[in-house]
Amino acid sequence: MDLSAYPHAVAMSAKEFVDWSTNVMDDIARSSGAKRTLDKVAGPLFNWGMRNAIYPLHFGIACCALEMAAASGPRFDTERYGMVFRSSPRQCDVLLVNGWVTNKLRPALRRLYEEMPDPKWVVAMGECAISGGPWYDSYNVVQGVDTFIPVDIYIPGCPPRPEAMIDGFLRLHQKIKVSKLGGFMDD
Amino acid sequence: MAKMWINMGPQHPMTHGLWNLRVEVDGETITDAEPVIGYLHRGWEKMVEDRHYPQIIPMADRLCYGSSFTWSHVYCLAAEDLMGVEVPERAKYIRVMSDELQRIGSHLMWLAAIGPDLGNLTIFLYAMRERELFMDLFQSLCGARMTYNFPRIGGVRNDAPPNWERDLVRTLDYFEKRMDEYEDLVDRNSVFRMRMVDLAPLSAKDAINLGVTGPSLRGSGVKYDVRHNDPYEIYDELDWHMCVRDEGDVYARYRVRMDEMRMSVQIVRECLKKMPKSGPIRVKPPRTAPVGTGMARMEDPRGESLMYIIGDGTDKPFRLKVRSPFFVTLSASPVMLRSYKVADVPSIMGMLDVCMGETDR
Amino acid sequence: MEETVTYTIDQVKSKIASAFPTEVKFEDKVRPRRLFMSANKDALLKLCTMLKDELGFDHCSCVSGVDRCDRFQSVYHICSCSSNITLEIVVDLPHDNPEVDSVTPLWGGANWHEREAFDMFGIIYKGHPRLERLLLPADYTFFPMRKDCETGRK
Repeated sequence: MDLSAYPHAVAMSAKEFVDWSTNVMDDIARSSGAKRTLDKVAGPLFNWGMRNAIYPLHFGIACCALEMAAASGPRFDTERYGMVFRSSPRQCDVLLVNGWVTNKLRPALRRLYEEMPDPKWVVAMGECAISGGPWYDSYNVVQGVDTFIPVDIYIPGCPPRPEAMIDGFLRLHQKIKVSKLGGFMDD
Repeated sequence: MAKMWINMGPQHPMTHGLWNLRVEVDGETITDAEPVIGYLHRGWEKMVEDRHYPQIIPMADRLCYGSSFTWSHVYCLAAEDLMGVEVPERAKYIRVMSDELQRIGSHLMWLAAIGPDLGNLTIFLYAMRERELFMDLFQSLCGARMTYNFPRIGGVRNDAPPNWERDLVRTLDYFEKRMDEYEDLVDRNSVFRMRMVDLAPLSAKDAINLGVTGPSLRGSGVKYDVRHNDPYEIYDELDWHMCVRDEGDVYARYRVRMDEMRMSVQIVRECLKKMPKSGPIRVKPPRTAPVGTGMARMEDPRGESLMYIIGDGTDKPFRLKVRSPFFVTLSASPVMLRSYKVADVPSIMGMLDVCMGETDR
Repeated sequence: MEETVTYTIDQVKSKIASAFPTEVKFEDKVRPRRLFMSANKDALLKLCTMLKDELGFDHCSCVSGVDRCDRFQSVYHICSCSSNITLEIVVDLPHDNPEVDSVTPLWGGANWHEREAFDMFGIIYKGHPRLERLLLPADYTFFPMRKDCETGRK
């Protein structure tokens, strides 16, 4: 085939074609102003939806888990904030660590964190998750969950009252609002 | 069909508390089971060897967080046995009342946990609502909802505030009416009953030999309750009876706990009548313990809890051993699981009332 | 309906003393419904068999390990559901070779307690059906509850 007759044709390998095609949509959307318009309209809407439907993982470790359960009880209802506890990590947004993490649990918890899809957040609830808590000199307790998982919100208390846990989640709402997530093609 | 081992846990909607149940299944039928624990082991017994005696009380609370008063109570009893401290009368009554209120709270938490396992989501909301009332009582008594740090070696930390007894009587009256509602919701539900009746029977002889204690033992027809057979505090002065069932299946264990809640209400009412109206509630214990040993046994909501303490003349214990009732019941659970289906696992294990904090320590 | 015989503390004490005059020593401590003794480690299994078969002690409450720096101890708390007596039996073990017979064949309730004592102290229970690590991860090489084990973080 004589390509000199088609000077505008470009030869690419398969990988080059994939890279080019993913970038051309991005470039067109950004340069034409379509992304900006869409973000102005839909971005806040997606962000509102994202922060008002936070699904924590149904994972109770220790004492703070009882306060988490009390928070989902009828007195301090968390479902009115959109928080529905899901059992599978693939369906969750938030990993709520509520108790001390031992060396035996550490790989399992890291795996749960990696199984969760983006965007995800981690909330460390209670002193044990923040820093090891009363078990500061234990040979089997990890001194703070932020040594192996990045944490977004820390809720102090031993155990924190359910109102404190809800306050922590409302701060997470603020954090999500400020981060302006929800843009078109942002990931 | 080949047999294979399946992991149910450590993250599983059923596992209350953090543990792993490995079951060997042949199709849907369980042929063997092996609980794997240790996910919550924090070396409690090693850490207490580096704490002063009063500092261990809040640590004991966090052994089983579902029934934290009973654990700090048994620690105080063991330390008092070691140091030879005599607790005043009014403090004993306050301790017994708090024990029984804690028993109701722990059983309500159990009820809230097994409901969703067996498909009855409403009972979770009802039981949590009632539990909040009892947590309010504890909050006005000692300031905390869950891990109280209330008993002291030599008594309790403070006396009941004014109007506490009035609130207590109101709560108990309200709660007794609500118990009838639960029984309507749960016992008359034929699906619930089908999942519980004639499931996993445990004979009395097996139960005693395997060390099972508490409602699981009394559900198999054995008349053994530490409050009755080996009384501590003022239980021998009160007029109450054990709740025992003969069938030995999951339904019997469930009914024993429901009956125990009513019996606890009766015990608290009687304590209110018999309690001395005023008096000291605390005695100052010595700072260092004598060389020797102390031991105390108690009826925890889950069974018999025991603490064995060795003192060495300093202000820190030399050794503090904790016997947790669920540790032993869990070791006996493979016997109950064999030849039942995988879908029966939440029903059987839930009725044993899981608390992993005390098991792993 | 079986006939259950109940014993008093003095009856139990005299029966044990007559069967094991040298191997078992009673302590002076007096508490209601309790009997405190220390036993020789070689006589332990025979003593426990006698307690279970002849004296009706059917419930093994607890088996603990203790590290007394110069020796180990294995402490047994055994109850009788019918007589309402709790025994505390302390068995001394040599520090360099802490081995004792397992009471798991008699009382299944001792199974996990002995495993835990092995996990924490390294006390070997001969005849235990499965003496493995229970609470700690299987790859830990130290026995944390021993007094010479410094966990390093204070």
